[in-house]
Amino acid sequence: MKVSFFVTCLGDMFYVNAGKAAVELLEHLGCKVDFPKAQTCCGQPAYNSGYHKETLEVAKHLVETFEDAEYVVGISGSCVYMIHEYVHLFEEGSEWQKRARKLKDKTYELTQFIVDVLGIEDVGANYEGVATYHTSCHMTRLLGVTEAPFKLLENVKGLQLIDLPNRHDCCGFGGTFSVKMSDISEQMVDEKVEHIEETKANLLLGADGSCLMNIGGRLSRNGSSVEVKHIAEILNSRGDL
Amino acid sequence: MPMHIGEKDFKKRVTKGLEDDFMRGAVRSAQGRLQDKRATAADELGDWEEWRTLGSEIRSHTIEHLDYYLHQLSEKVAELGGHVFFAETGAEANEYIQKVATEKKAKKIAKSKSMVTEEISMNEALEDIGCEVIETDLGEYILQLDDHDPPSHIVAPALHKNKEQIRDVFQEKLAYLKSEKPEELALFAREKLREEFLSADLGITGCNFAVAESGSFALVTNEGNARMVSALPKTQITVMGMERIVPGWEELDIVVSLLTRAAVGQKLTSYITALTGPKQLEEADGPEEFHLVIVDNGRSKILGTEFQEALHCIRCAACINVCPVYRHVGGHAYGSIYPGPIGAVLSPLLSDYDEYKELPYASSLCGACTEVCPVKIPLHEQLIMHRRKIVEDEKKTTLSERVVMRGFEQLVNSANLYRTATKMAPFLTTPFAKNQLITKGPGPLKHWTHARDFPQPANERFRDWFEDRQKRGEKNA
Repeated sequence: MKVSFFVTCLGDMFYVNAGKAAVELLEHLGCKVDFPKAQTCCGQPAYNSGYHKETLEVAKHLVETFEDAEYVVGISGSCVYMIHEYVHLFEEGSEWQKRARKLKDKTYELTQFIVDVLGIEDVGANYEGVATYHTSCHMTRLLGVTEAPFKLLENVKGLQLIDLPNRHDCCGFGGTFSVKMSDISEQMVDEKVEHIEETKANLLLGADGSCLMNIGGRLSRNGSSVEVKHIAEILNSRGDL
Repeated sequence: MPMHIGEKDFKKRVTKGLEDDFMRGAVRSAQGRLQDKRATAADELGDWEEWRTLGSEIRSHTIEHLDYYLHQLSEKVAELGGHVFFAETGAEANEYIQKVATEKKAKKIAKSKSMVTEEISMNEALEDIGCEVIETDLGEYILQLDDHDPPSHIVAPALHKNKEQIRDVFQEKLAYLKSEKPEELALFAREKLREEFLSADLGITGCNFAVAESGSFALVTNEGNARMVSALPKTQITVMGMERIVPGWEELDIVVSLLTRAAVGQKLTSYITALTGPKQLEEADGPEEFHLVIVDNGRSKILGTEFQEALHCIRCAACINVCPVYRHVGGHAYGSIYPGPIGAVLSPLLSDYDEYKELPYASSLCGACTEVCPVKIPLHEQLIMHRRKIVEDEKKTTLSERVVMRGFEQLVNSANLYRTATKMAPFLTTPFAKNQLITKGPGPLKHWTHARDFPQPANERFRDWFEDRQKRGEKNA
């Protein structure tokens, strides 16, 4: 199966290990992975801020970039959802809308792709640790991916997964919200961090770099010993136990 | 603006909310309780999503044909001998209500809970002409006693107060001597209110839903106060927002079930009262005179726009009960009698962006509101639409934000420019970073780094790694 990898801008610049792990994992599962170099950002910061004319241009760029892909797999539920939203950005019935719909139909979030398209729930990973998992809002509520990450993590040998209390609460990232309404955002991330500490896990996992950057930033500021990793990094661990 | 509450400045209101530990404790525990009860009540039905779809279809159909159903309703009310008044503005509604009160020489007015009367500041208008208005909903009664503290929630107006604070209000204002036990507090209020019901000259109710086919009004309460307000005084006025209507009893059944489950996690509330016109010849009780005031106050401007779905709202507050922003800042921070996600959508529409331009941004767009709405209003999408209007039509965003967004568009539209910028990012951020962490960010990043560290961009980007690897021919070269 041929996969065009969508690393997202945060993945490209900040979470390089997540991208590397995702590529290696997909290859391990038998996919042939390419990386269309022209890819940039999905445009979500502009879209959520109400700059839709600007987003339209960004969307066109990404539609063109991935036009020839068989499958597009991204490592952020939120950015993948943004790509799905392009369909509603373009004029009803327009050629661009058709192209956007084609892209939507072949674009998946990493865990969703592995479980739903490849039909794999055990990727053969092993990782020793006690982890808790943050369910990102856009990935679960908007993209509708709720089970896949858990199915995959449950099959990781050596990994103990602890339920995060109030896991459906937003971590307070919200894109520009985190700087525009930083005083409120800080309270939200603090609450999330409290819940993480309650689990006594030493590892926080997630499938969205933006939430992990937010929660990780607060954990780091607090001097917490909880490590933060993208789910791809755990699923790509195949060391000796 | 009548619907405005508290400080003018949004930031000040937020700070006040964030610093109020009592309020935050009360809101947090109420939210937790209401969320659990709602989820259980929804699960009990077994096919909640189908109910939501039905609710959404009913609301959508009704609002699409609002003129038809309002006409049918007013014809029915008139047939029954009631008076109908369409008020285009809050002021018009108040003038009419003042006129009725004056004609009836009303001194004391008993009122059941109603958000639309809060929206138009009806109580103040009646007090201006010398009437005494008694709130009979327990929450509203507490707030009225507490020097007119504004409501912070559309279903539980005194949600921001804990039981100790309520005890203190009763002690101070009514010489209450008992404890903070909810049962004792409620019993005390009940005794006090009973006297008011019996001596009121005029009863004013809100309206959960008007039933167009029979000219009836459904009132949903747990205290029975709406029944008292409508049964005892000789004259009754019902004030309704013009969208609060259903075609018939079958539809009422569905929306009331959705309302009580979504609002308080109950199959049904203790009382669901349906009133149909003034007392008829063969009837034993009910008001001798009945007035219906239908309030537009900006609603018809919303019809036909991208915000029409906001009129589908059945005022259950489920969106407010799940909202993490509301949890931390409380209802008063919204500066509107309509707080939370639905308030952030409605307030700028019923008022304007000058008054409420910050509200559409007071959301992380987490979508919890949209997920829980029993009539499927895409609340977080409506907030994005507001932001779009603020950018494109109102042009109210700052110059610096517009420059940043134009720059962003150009940057991400050019693979080369993007490549160069991301390559330079680690070097540009080096002066601010220590051990790959930025703890005191420049520009807007300083808001982030006030409480959080920010990672420094990596020297080797993902794309560098991928390209190197291809060159080395490790995989898929």
